[in-house]
Amino acid sequence: MPTLTVDGIEVTVEPGSTVLQACEEAGKDIPRFCYHERLSIAGNCRMCLVEMERSPKPIASCAMPAGDNMVIHTNTPLVKKAREGVMEFLLINHPLDCPICDQGGECDLQDQAMAFGVGSSRYEENKRAVTEKNMGPLIKTIMTRCIHCTRCIRFAEEVAGVDAIGAVNRGEHMEITTLEQAVNSELSGNVIDLCPVGALTSKPYAFTARSWELTKTESVDAMDAVGSNVRVDARGPEVMRILPRLHEDVNEEWISDKTRFAYDGLRRQRLDTPYLRRDGKLQPATWQEAFAAIAEKVKASDPQRIAALAGDMACAESMLALKDLFGRIGSPHMDCRQDGAALDPSCRASYLFNTTIAGIEDADALLLIGANPRWEAAIINARIRKRWLAGGIDIGLIGPQVDLTYRYEHLGAGPQTLSEIASGSHPFTAKLRAAERPMLILGMGALARPDGAAVLGAARSVAEATGMVGDGWNGFNVLHTAAARVAGMDLGFLPGEGGRDIAGIIGGASSGDIDMVYLLGVDEIDMDLLGDAFVVYQGSHGDAAAHRADVVLPGAAYTEKNATWVNTEGRVQLGRRSIFPPGDAREDWTIIRALSDVLDCTLPYDSLGALRKHMLEVAPHFARIDEPAAVEWGQFGGAGVMDQVPFNYLIEDFYLTNPIARASQVMAECSALFVGSGAEATGTHG
Amino acid sequence: MLRDQDRIFTNLYGIHPWNLEGARKRGVWNGTRDLIAKGPDWIVDQVKESGLRGRGGAGFPTGLKWSFMPKESDGRPSYLVVNADESEPGTCKDRDIMRHDPHRLLEGCLVAGFAMRTQATYIYIRGEFVNEARVLEAAIKEAYAAGLIGRDACGTGYDHDIYLHRGAGAYICGEETALLESLEGKKGQPRLKPPFPAAVGLYGCPSTVNNVETIAVAPEILRRGAPWFAGLGRENNAGTKVFCISGHVNAPCNVEEEMGIPLKELIEKHAGGVRGGWDNLLAIIPGGSSVPVLPKTICDTVLMDFDSLREVRSGLGTAAVIVMDKSTDIVEAICNLSHFYMHESCGQCTPCREGTGWMWRVLTRMVQGRADIEEIDTLLDVANQVEGHTICALGDAAAWPVQGLIRHFRPEIEQRILDYKQRAA
Amino acid sequence: MTETTQAAAFAFTPENMERAKQLIARYPEGRQASAVLPLLDVAQRQNDNWVPDAAIRYIADMLDMPYIRVMEVATFYTMINLEPVGQFHLQLCRTTPCWLRGCGDLRQVIKDKLGIGHGETTADGKFSMLEVECLGACVNAPVVQINDDFYEDLDSASFEKVLDALAAGERPAHGSVTGRQTSAPATGLTTLTDGAGAPDVA
Repeated sequence: MPTLTVDGIEVTVEPGSTVLQACEEAGKDIPRFCYHERLSIAGNCRMCLVEMERSPKPIASCAMPAGDNMVIHTNTPLVKKAREGVMEFLLINHPLDCPICDQGGECDLQDQAMAFGVGSSRYEENKRAVTEKNMGPLIKTIMTRCIHCTRCIRFAEEVAGVDAIGAVNRGEHMEITTLEQAVNSELSGNVIDLCPVGALTSKPYAFTARSWELTKTESVDAMDAVGSNVRVDARGPEVMRILPRLHEDVNEEWISDKTRFAYDGLRRQRLDTPYLRRDGKLQPATWQEAFAAIAEKVKASDPQRIAALAGDMACAESMLALKDLFGRIGSPHMDCRQDGAALDPSCRASYLFNTTIAGIEDADALLLIGANPRWEAAIINARIRKRWLAGGIDIGLIGPQVDLTYRYEHLGAGPQTLSEIASGSHPFTAKLRAAERPMLILGMGALARPDGAAVLGAARSVAEATGMVGDGWNGFNVLHTAAARVAGMDLGFLPGEGGRDIAGIIGGASSGDIDMVYLLGVDEIDMDLLGDAFVVYQGSHGDAAAHRADVVLPGAAYTEKNATWVNTEGRVQLGRRSIFPPGDAREDWTIIRALSDVLDCTLPYDSLGALRKHMLEVAPHFARIDEPAAVEWGQFGGAGVMDQVPFNYLIEDFYLTNPIARASQVMAECSALFVGSGAEATGTHG
Repeated sequence: MLRDQDRIFTNLYGIHPWNLEGARKRGVWNGTRDLIAKGPDWIVDQVKESGLRGRGGAGFPTGLKWSFMPKESDGRPSYLVVNADESEPGTCKDRDIMRHDPHRLLEGCLVAGFAMRTQATYIYIRGEFVNEARVLEAAIKEAYAAGLIGRDACGTGYDHDIYLHRGAGAYICGEETALLESLEGKKGQPRLKPPFPAAVGLYGCPSTVNNVETIAVAPEILRRGAPWFAGLGRENNAGTKVFCISGHVNAPCNVEEEMGIPLKELIEKHAGGVRGGWDNLLAIIPGGSSVPVLPKTICDTVLMDFDSLREVRSGLGTAAVIVMDKSTDIVEAICNLSHFYMHESCGQCTPCREGTGWMWRVLTRMVQGRADIEEIDTLLDVANQVEGHTICALGDAAAWPVQGLIRHFRPEIEQRILDYKQRAA
Repeated sequence: MTETTQAAAFAFTPENMERAKQLIARYPEGRQASAVLPLLDVAQRQNDNWVPDAAIRYIADMLDMPYIRVMEVATFYTMINLEPVGQFHLQLCRTTPCWLRGCGDLRQVIKDKLGIGHGETTADGKFSMLEVECLGACVNAPVVQINDDFYEDLDSASFEKVLDALAAGERPAHGSVTGRQTSAPATGLTTLTDGAGAPDVA
């Protein structure tokens, strides 16, 4: 561990640290533009120059390895002068159009010019102008502002794994460009955060707000099961933008483009009042009318003939309330697995991402089974890529071949290959066995099928046979796609004693054995299969289910409620309300609580606090916020026979996986551009 | 003056055939096998003892540089890379070596490559030297056919391949790490150092980058003995050197001379003297465009070697002597060089990308006098802010000519500004 | 890049494919990207001295490089022409050693005779002109590179003759136009005067 002196302060840093990190360790603020902790070192902006004794020139602290006995000065006249010089150079060709720049107020260049610049320029010549570049529907470019730090290039190449951004020409003609191609990455929006100036800004957010007039709420994303930490910035009743929040163990400081840009879907296709189907048409109604219609149906039905399903974006609170309500009504027919995944509630380890997201970095072999993490959890895919870039990991995939941004061995298409690996007859088994910390990721594409239980069992066999489960390491992972799923499993939003599961409920509705189905944000099932059942839809958007529903109860989107989410790791996190639900829409658990009154089976909580207290009784681990606790291994999975149908991935279009995303024009544009499927299916034309 | 028998580049002007037969007559490839038989350490020691310093501009002791290469491989191959990207304005010596005496270079590659325990040599030649590359390519073919390089080179049991790689027009690729980047198929943008090429060079493997002339003189030093070379020139500035004399002389030329020859003697003996006589001399850039210009008074007496020129705050650089007589607009001459550095800046780091253009634009106005007196100090300050603040030495090289101009010709610029103001008034 | 000049497709001729393979073979396995400049040169020579976009993509595929990385390289180096140039591509050295010896006169000759300046091509497509930085033949200044060849020690009159000859379909000898022995002093040898120029071969 090298020990060095920074401005007279002795610091000891980890081997491999840079002088810049040592300076930070010593509490010295070193200005920088090109340097970024999560990207390779470019050393090109020269803002971080410091003085090192016995070096004739100032050194770029970001690029200089910290060495024993170095003597560093960060506050000498030479350093001050060098910073002023670099600052002046950066500004001579910068337009200084801060008043009309979206980066204004949160701009590194602005801040550092204030802190380290001289406040005036001696540059008398004409400034350079650079033509704008087309980087697609998400990234707006004002390239005259670019200071050539190359963070965007390095992010695209290193983290996103797409060679989409480059710098053409040389000298003062050097320009960052994508050659007029949209950046085809699910993570592209992160370059906006990385850009230290206003060269790359958010296209959807352009000129809509100033950063200082926004109300910032720290929350959790619900677009997938990663639980990315986000900050929701709102002005009045509108979400203006969504940004990542640092969480080293979950999303580091990245978020996917869906997480970042689907927010315009929060304003469109909204259910802002209850609806009742009258004369075959949905018509606005009052809450009383809507509840009365439901009560009438419930009271007229045998509890054995009503059922409830929870969708992908349902929060824990609403699922628990609905479960309690159905318990009181006396119906055991409930399921939160709207895709039909054969998840086994008997053992929590069987449906969690046990390795944890950060734990991927410790793995040395990885088997992907019916999972396309690039689309199912772009942030987790970035973590796998990070691990791959570090070298020394074997990655194998069973399922259709897709570009995951890292190299993998394509092992096969379906269960046959999985059987071979389980039995040890496949060469990849040896790689898993030889690995010290092997892991597998089981996707919904492998579980959401009739033989899902058998696949789950086979995956468990592979895990056990290759030493994935042992002391201090659990390499068995289920990759969920739904933000709601783990909470639903944890809270038991599942068939009760003699209850029907999703297939049973839908089948029952088709055949007429189920009279009423309560859909809590369920939009991904085939509504045509619900037959003549009376459908109650509680949710935020006029998507598939609302069109089929007989009663519509307008709920809150994830940004509009204080709610609990459990990610694929089993990490419990709290989402916070940023704005109020529109119109007459209400936070979801309160709707169910109100309905319970009308149904004469009043739920025993009338505040969020009381509901959460009850939640802890049902699932005590909900008390451990942000801790994915190690859970016990056990027996799970069916012993049945897998069929020979190849695995298929659950997500057909990354940009259109939920009602909010489908209501988003920005997502529709991305879908049309990158996926090529029709923008017709977005639901935005209704 | 150096005696002809002490000259290494005996076919500098291409009077004799460049080919293997011609080269052998000049003693090239003579006893190469015996030199190699003495082992890598002997070679490195001899080169150290000879006092040879790099001929590409920086003047780093060659033997010492060679000794940085790993003696034991950690599994990675190692490479010798020859910098034949000769692009420093004023410099055209390597061109003559490659087109007129290519075997001397190839023999050097084998000997130096062996001394540094490398597997192969890549010669990176500037793209514009198309005909020179053709000659070198043909010479390589000859050398392979004669068993001088390749498998069991010269019957030594040592395998060494030599490959030619053509650039495509970028001065910056003469910077050793930019050259490596370019050779790897990327833009020629200099790398951050450390790590240095001897640890992480071409393809991440230990590599040494040497100038053409440096490598080409090595076998002759070994053949004639280190003391012979060390005995030429002055202490710490040993040997012979190919000088390029361009600009306002009566007979511009390349010539191999002894290090430390007086500048005036060099010009008068070989280049026919300054146009209009020595007293018509205005200034000289003594070592390629990157080194500061010297006014006549210094040129009268200065010696042409590393230390003498450093003492007068200039440098030997590539020993490319650019002579300017009194008809020269010295401001425009330096402005022209500033344009060169702006054009050749890779654009990677801030001070160079932004500063080279700034300096050129200010100088463009100063050529006309369209500036304020105070701007001279601003210009100097800009040059000082570029110098020493960049990833590679191009920033320094861009700053030094400007600093030299202001140091020695400030009154000239001031007068021009005053004249312009007077005309305008 | 204009749409009218960009070809839809590009492929090496069989001979050039052979050449490309030889060039790629100079570099270690997995390091084929090293051949990008050499291949751009081959493509340029095959395609009237300029590289169309289709060739960039073709080379990117051949070397398993992303298109943008090849584009970065192609735009970084001055010798890669991304737009058509004349049959005779004149590269006039403008840097100080040539400037001191009259490159400005040569620029004027080009302007007067051909009517073109920096970056321009004559209407008949015969000549194009680029002002370039130091060509590395400074003791033979001023120098103009015409396609592969250096024409040295030029002045207005001799340069006009060269241009006239090219226009007439001749191929004037390159090198020093004054008949001087390469880089030797024009006034006669001052060194290596013994003719043999070689020490005794022991």
